[in-house]
Amino acid sequence: MSTVIPIRAETSGCTDVVPLVERGQREVFCGLTGIIWLHRKIQDAFFLVVGSRTCAHLIQSAAGVMIFAEPRFGTAIIDERDLAGLADVHEELDRVVGQLLARRPDIRLLFLVGSCPSEVIKLDLSRAAERQNQIHHPKVRVLNYSGSGIETTFTQGEDACLAAMVPGLPASTDTAPALMVVGTLADVVEDQMRSLFERMGLQVNFFPPRNSQAMPVVGPNTRYLLAQPFLADTARALQSRGAQHLAAPFPLGVEGTTAWLQAAATEFAVPPEVFEEATAAPRQRAEKALAVQRQMLQGQRIFFFPDSQLEIPLARFVHRELSMDLVEVGTPYLHRQHMAAELALMPTGTRISEGQDVDLQLDRCIADAPDLVVCGLGLANPLEAQGITTKWAIELVFTPIQGYEQAADLAGLFSRPLKRRLKLAA
Amino acid sequence: MQLTLWTYEGPPHVGAMRVATAMKDVHYVLHAPQGDTYADLLFTMIERLPRRPPVTYTTFQARDLGGDTAELFKDAARQAMARFNPAAMLVGSSCTAELIQDDPGGLAQALQLSIPVVALELPSYQRKENWGASETFYQLCRHLVHKPAAASETADKPAKARPTCNILGPSALGFRHRDDVKEITQLLNQLGVDVAVVAPLSASVADVQKLAEADFNVVLYPEIGMAAAQWLQRQFDQPHTQTVPLGSHATRDFIAEVCALTGLPQPAQDPSNAHAHWYAKSVDSTYLTGKRVYIFGDATHVVAAARIASQEMGFEVVGLGTYSREFAREVRDCAKRYGVEALITDDYLEVETQINALQPELILGTQMERHIAKRQGIPCAVISAPVHVQDFPARYAPQMGFEGANVLFDTWVHPLMMGLEEHLIGMFREDFEFHAGAAPSHLGSTRPAAENVAPAVAAPVASPVLVPTAAPAHTETLSTDSVHKVAPPAQAASNQATWSPEAEKELGKIPFFVRGKARRNTERFAQDQGVATITVETLYDAKAHYSR
Repeated sequence: MSTVIPIRAETSGCTDVVPLVERGQREVFCGLTGIIWLHRKIQDAFFLVVGSRTCAHLIQSAAGVMIFAEPRFGTAIIDERDLAGLADVHEELDRVVGQLLARRPDIRLLFLVGSCPSEVIKLDLSRAAERQNQIHHPKVRVLNYSGSGIETTFTQGEDACLAAMVPGLPASTDTAPALMVVGTLADVVEDQMRSLFERMGLQVNFFPPRNSQAMPVVGPNTRYLLAQPFLADTARALQSRGAQHLAAPFPLGVEGTTAWLQAAATEFAVPPEVFEEATAAPRQRAEKALAVQRQMLQGQRIFFFPDSQLEIPLARFVHRELSMDLVEVGTPYLHRQHMAAELALMPTGTRISEGQDVDLQLDRCIADAPDLVVCGLGLANPLEAQGITTKWAIELVFTPIQGYEQAADLAGLFSRPLKRRLKLAA
Repeated sequence: MQLTLWTYEGPPHVGAMRVATAMKDVHYVLHAPQGDTYADLLFTMIERLPRRPPVTYTTFQARDLGGDTAELFKDAARQAMARFNPAAMLVGSSCTAELIQDDPGGLAQALQLSIPVVALELPSYQRKENWGASETFYQLCRHLVHKPAAASETADKPAKARPTCNILGPSALGFRHRDDVKEITQLLNQLGVDVAVVAPLSASVADVQKLAEADFNVVLYPEIGMAAAQWLQRQFDQPHTQTVPLGSHATRDFIAEVCALTGLPQPAQDPSNAHAHWYAKSVDSTYLTGKRVYIFGDATHVVAAARIASQEMGFEVVGLGTYSREFAREVRDCAKRYGVEALITDDYLEVETQINALQPELILGTQMERHIAKRQGIPCAVISAPVHVQDFPARYAPQMGFEGANVLFDTWVHPLMMGLEEHLIGMFREDFEFHAGAAPSHLGSTRPAAENVAPAVAAPVASPVLVPTAAPAHTETLSTDSVHKVAPPAQAASNQATWSPEAEKELGKIPFFVRGKARRNTERFAQDQGVATITVETLYDAKAHYSR
């Protein structure tokens, strides 16, 4: 890159932003956490973490009140015998996987999920998965990916998981362009999106699918839209199967959703009047609902701590559609290309930070005294105790927030803490 | 390798965090990868702490592994020192850092900090949370406790000075630790004993340094405080209490023990707020007699709960167990007193299997047992960690001392009372005022599950078979005195007898919480006897058969 920043009339928003890059203590989840929503999505999959008691404890703490008769995730806890080489790790894994599949005959797809301990001791989980595949073929397919903290941050666990599935997707034999939406969406959102696309005359496949037996096909005819911003590796894997990315902002808020749908409509040459007819009603409904929220939120100053990579699209939404002022937008990782459409819509001069040194960031946050801080649960109550209103970030990953019908719900997630503060102060 | 779905305890460094977070001016520098900060939210969310736990994580990532993770650790320790200015520092590794074999102790020493630095060796692949807390507190004591003033000076003490003690064991994220400390402090004060230091909860480094100056130690939570107490006894001849004051009886024993240690007179009677004893004697409690109870949790709370259940509530202990392997012997001894075998396991599926087989009428356990109970439609109360946020209540809710006994009585009886209420509503179901759809809300959609339990586990589970006469004494229409026997496990019925409408109706009159057993027993009986249609007679024949 040239050191001289060219002055261009058409330069918009934050396209050329130089983020504040920080390294230090990070108050973030590791990629294992992705299991919590992924296993709800793919209903016949089991996620077996190969790790330590810490990993098991993490997932359990993060899953919190999600209580199932039988959760479809678990941990093969490495113990001292495995470390001392007293037990052959692969034989141990055979035993544990056998035990698991005997208990859960309904499982058709098993993920061996790498963790920090398994990465550090260089346990070759890809070889293990291959071996398990041979043992349990054809009933169960076994894949592997890493959700370790040393390699992945929170939502990147989903990226790693989806990327691991891409090579096994059936090849498309069609030549006519086909649409694929990539990234986990709540079922209700997925159904809405499907119906919107159908009203435009488009057939769409969702990835990941709800069932491992219904994997979407992929090939050079595939055009994919990213529904989530954290899918760098998945996109690369799809690209290597010939699929082409449709650049778009993410479907958050009315503007984001419209632009996202428009990207597909443009690619598939949907006539403008058809697009208009398909989207007009939900768009107007959402705008009306948002107007109510805007009264509460406009002019409020918001600060995002890094968490999920959803921060930039969310900041774009709250700024443009709810008239909030952006103090700092932190992201664990900034993917320039996937974020390009978003950055162009961001107000010029926004302070964007990548990575984290949590103590320094807290200093900045407190000095800036924002009206609302989006942060993790480890920081939320301590900040509230200092008189700063917070919105805990993880809820933004678990709640259906994409699409028109959810736009006001999404805004509500930001307005509720402020409303509460007003109520309790009164 | 061990297949784990839910775990009762976290890794040992979480135990160390519980000690560090409990204290006022200790900082913990933890060599750990990105993501291990998840443990912060246990403190900020479950315990609702208004501050961050005093822990700095080195947050190494994959790209650091080839380079100098040791330098990363030193930077983190240096920065933590400058920013937080603690009076003592704990340093150690999480499970992953244990594998990369940097030496936090040595590295911290090289920094030559002006404060005491305690290096923790917490073997993550062998040990767990409670052990980690215990070891951390023990190491803190070893590094910090000063030798008390010489004996000649103690002679100069004013003669009328009250005896002093420390309270050892309470920590952050401890089940009801906050209120237990308050309750026991009051109790000791009333006896004439002053509490010198409570540790680790809300203690400063200076407080810990003074530990050996007290006359004796009160060990409230042996899982965390016993190792330190034993060390203090060895080093400074400082005696410690053995009785954990959980329940009215144990509280009286505890008072006797304290009085024996101090030479103070024993109070003649219980304080005026000791209601639990009278409540248990009142006639309303008669129906509690012989209720079959299953107990699981940490060792201390299980042993205490078994005694309360048996001697203070008049329940029958039908099974007990613990996940605290360190105290397996104590729990096994305890189980023997009730004629049962202790289950020592950290696998909640084993607990579920045992509960399934025993079909108790009340479960006392942890959060996991609460969920097992919910699935099986069995009343349940929480007596031990791990617990969710609702068991860190805003109200005063100790478990220990006389007020604790009151709390326990209410907590345990409450789910059973609700069962009785439901039964009464069921009895009057055909009254015009009660329509069939008006089910009480507290059991929600799980209510029918009591009748129709689908085993949640895929593994074969012995179907519970019990006498269908466990009805409360006041429902005289159907119950005689309860006699409980466990019949051999039933086989899956292949040719099920059909129920006549009258028999089905009669079955509906049996309290819902024993209805399922009655149904299974009757069907089994019908099958054994080759009865094709179950009539009212068959129902009572079966009842008589299993009552032998």
